[in-house]
Amino acid sequence: MDVTSIGWLTLPLAILGGAIRVSTPFIFVSIGELITEKSGRINLGLEGTLMLGAMAGYGVSYLSGSPWLGVLAAGLAGTTFGLLHGLLCSVKRVNDTAIGISLIVLGTGLAFFFGKPLIEPKAPALPSISLGFWSSMPQVRAALDVNALFFVGILLAFAVYVFLNRTGWGLMLRTVGDSEDAARALGFSVLRVRILATMAGGFLAGIGGSFLSLSYPGSWSEGLSSGQGIMAVALVIFARWRSINALGASLLFGGAGALGPALQGVGVTGYYYLFNAAPYILTLAIMVASTSRAAPFADAPGELKLHR
Amino acid sequence: MTAPQVELKNMTKRFGANLALNNVSLLIRSGTVHALLGENGAGKSTLVKCLVGFYHPDDGHIQVDGREHRLNSPKDADALGIGMVYQHFTLVPSMTVAQNLVVSGARLPAYINWQSELKRLAEVTKKLPFHVPLDVRVSQLSAGEKQKAEIVKQLYLGRKLLILDEPTSVLTPAEADEVLGYVRSLTRAGELSAVLISHKFHEVRRYADDVTVLRRGASVRTGAVANLSDDALAEAMIGEPVSKAVQHAPKLPPKSNIVLSMKQVSVNGDNGLPAVKDLSLEVREGEIVGIAGVSGNGQLELVETLMGQRDRSGAIAVSGVAFNGTRREIARLGVYGLPQEPLKNACIDRMSLAENLALRNFDRAPLCRGIAMNYGALTEQAAKLVKQFRVKAPGLTASMSALSGGNVQRAVLARELTQNVRLLIASNPTFGLDFVACEETYRRIVEARNGGAAVLLISEDLDELLGLVDRILVMSAGRIVHEVSADGADKRVIGKYMAGMKAA
Repeated sequence: MDVTSIGWLTLPLAILGGAIRVSTPFIFVSIGELITEKSGRINLGLEGTLMLGAMAGYGVSYLSGSPWLGVLAAGLAGTTFGLLHGLLCSVKRVNDTAIGISLIVLGTGLAFFFGKPLIEPKAPALPSISLGFWSSMPQVRAALDVNALFFVGILLAFAVYVFLNRTGWGLMLRTVGDSEDAARALGFSVLRVRILATMAGGFLAGIGGSFLSLSYPGSWSEGLSSGQGIMAVALVIFARWRSINALGASLLFGGAGALGPALQGVGVTGYYYLFNAAPYILTLAIMVASTSRAAPFADAPGELKLHR
Repeated sequence: MTAPQVELKNMTKRFGANLALNNVSLLIRSGTVHALLGENGAGKSTLVKCLVGFYHPDDGHIQVDGREHRLNSPKDADALGIGMVYQHFTLVPSMTVAQNLVVSGARLPAYINWQSELKRLAEVTKKLPFHVPLDVRVSQLSAGEKQKAEIVKQLYLGRKLLILDEPTSVLTPAEADEVLGYVRSLTRAGELSAVLISHKFHEVRRYADDVTVLRRGASVRTGAVANLSDDALAEAMIGEPVSKAVQHAPKLPPKSNIVLSMKQVSVNGDNGLPAVKDLSLEVREGEIVGIAGVSGNGQLELVETLMGQRDRSGAIAVSGVAFNGTRREIARLGVYGLPQEPLKNACIDRMSLAENLALRNFDRAPLCRGIAMNYGALTEQAAKLVKQFRVKAPGLTASMSALSGGNVQRAVLARELTQNVRLLIASNPTFGLDFVACEETYRRIVEARNGGAAVLLISEDLDELLGLVDRILVMSAGRIVHEVSADGADKRVIGKYMAGMKAA
C-alpha cells in the first residue's frame, strides 16, 4: 500500500502512539502518589524520585545487562526515597510539603551527580510488544510498538483498585488516610501504614522513572523528565483518588503531551512550543475546573485536609 | 460470655504536674448501666480511656470478672470485649457502613467477597431494633445514624462492656430514648454491662442503675441512682451546695423594631451541598430567639454566615441595613457574637489576654493613633474589663491559651458585651463550660436582652433554650420547621420536629 494514502491517519496514529508512550510514567507515578495520599500524606518529592529511578535503572541495566534488573533497581531506589520521606515526616512538627520539595532537589541532584558517567554508554532497553504486526504500514507498526511496562501499568491500576476496595489491608490504608482517630481507636499503627504507603509510592515512582531512561531507544540525560513527577500530584486530584481514573487521566495527559511532536510529524511546525505546553495548560484548566468549591470530594482522604 | 463485672481500683494518672485521676475506684456490676457524672475536666474521659487501653494509669488495677488485666493498647481492651463509642465518632467517613464494620474486625480479611460479606452483615444486624443502611457512606449519615452505626459496630464486634461518651449530645430526645433504651434492655437481659458518661441528671436517672460522681480527678460520691437526690448529685459535682438557678429577669413583651431579618437565605456546607435552605427569620429588639436542632442540621453554617464567614444567597439586614459581616458594618450596626469553643473561634490563642480583649476596637481611638497602637490604652482597657468581668488570669500579658475555659468565656463576654450591642449571636455558648461559667453566661445574655439587644441563641441543649428564650425556632435539614413561643413549648413536640418528623 502506498504510504501517502494513509495521510489522514498519520496524526491520530502519532497521537495514539505518543499517548501510550508518554502516559506510561504518568501511570506509575500517579498511582504511586495515589497510594501515598490514600494514607493521608502528600509526597511532593516524586519528581526527585523519578529522576533518581531513571538514573539508577539506566545504570543497573548498563552494568548488569538486564533492563528488568534496572527496573527493579529503580523501584528500590524509589522505595529508599519513600522511606526517607516517610521517616522524616514522622518526626513531630515536620511538614510533608516542605520535605517533598526538598526531596525533589535532593533526588534530582543525586541523579545528576551519579548519572554523569552514564550519559555516554548505551544500556540495553526494555522490550516492547508489537501490536501492529497485522499492518504492513510502518507508521502503524511504529505507533503500536508498545513498551512492556505500559501493560504492567494497566494491570497495576486494576490491582490497586482491588487492593483498596476488596482487601483488609486496603481498608486499613483508607482508614488511616481518612481518619486518624478512627485508625487509632481500631489499634492500627498510623505511622507504620503511612511510611509503608510512602515507600510503595516511591517504588512505583522509581519504576516510572526507569521507563524514561529504558524505553526505546533508551538513554540517560539530565533533561529526561519534564515535570511528570509534579504533575502526577495534580493527576491524582483530577482522578479523584481512584486508580482506574488515574489510568484514564494519565492517557489523557499522555495524548496531550504527544500533540506537539505528532503535529510536527505531519509537518505542522508552527507553534511547536505552544503545543508542547498542552499538558501543562490542560493541568491548569483541569485543576481549576475540578476543584470548584461546590463539588464534593467524596473519595478525598480526610487526613489530607483539603477542605480548609 | 455474659455481661462482665469490671472493677477499677485506685486509678491514678498524671499529665505532667496535673493530677487527672486521683485514686479513683469504680465498680461496674454485671448487667448494669453505670453512669459517670462530672463537669468537663473532672476526669471522666481520662478514666475510661484507661479502661480502653488508650492511656496507661500511673497506678491502679483493672479487674474483669475478678481477674486482673493490664491494658497496654486498645487491642487488649478489644480482647476483653471492652469497647467505646466516642463523642467524636471513629467511623471512617469516606467508607460505607459495611466497610467500616469489616475494617473494625479483629482479624483483617485478606480478600473480601462483598456479596457474601454483605449477606452476613445483614444477617447480623437484622436482630437490632434500629436499622442502619450498610451500603451508604458514613459521611452521608446524620449524626443520629452515625451514633447508631457506632453501637451496631460495637455489638457486631461482640463487645460485652460498652462505654458511651455523652451519647445524647447529638441525638434528638426520641433517638436518645431509642438508643439508650436498647442498651438498657440489653443490660437487663444480662448480655451487656455499660458505662454512660453524662452531665445530665435526668439522663442518669432514667437510664443508669449506679452512678459515680467525679470532681477534679477524684471520686466524690458513688451509689445506686435511686438512693441519691438531684441536689445531692449536683452538690457532689460542683463541690458546694447549689443555690437555685439564677432567676432570669421577667420576660418583657418584645418591642416591635426588627433588628435582624433574614430572607430566603441559602448557604452551602463545606462539602458543597446546601446546608441552609431558603431560611427566613426575624429577631426583634429586646427578644431572645432560640434555634433548637440536632447538631449538623445547618446551625454552624447559619452562624458562620451571620458572622460573615461564608458565602450565601438571600438577604440579611440588621436594623434595616444590608449586612455582609464586614468589620465596618459590625461596628456600625452593633453585631457581636459568642461562638462555641471561644478559645478556638473567638480568640487568638497565642496572643495575650489584653490583645484578645482589644480585638473588637484595636483599630479605633483611643487604642490606636494613626497607624500606631497605643499599648497604654490597651492595657488600661484590659485591666478594666478583667476587673469588671472577674476574669482570672496569670496576668494581662499571659497568652490566651493559659486561661481556663471559664475564664476564656468571661474574657469573650467582656469584650463582646461591653460594645454597643444591637444584635448578639450566641452559638452553643456554654458548650464545655463549668456550672458557674454557664450561669454567668446566661445572666449576661439576659442582661444584654434587657438592655434592648436582639439575641439569636443557637443551642443543641433544649433545656438551656427553654430556660432562656422568648421564642423557639426548630431547625432541621437546613430549614426552620417549627416556631413556638417559649411559654407554649412542649419538649416532645419540639423533639419530633428536631428529628424531622411532623408532630402528630
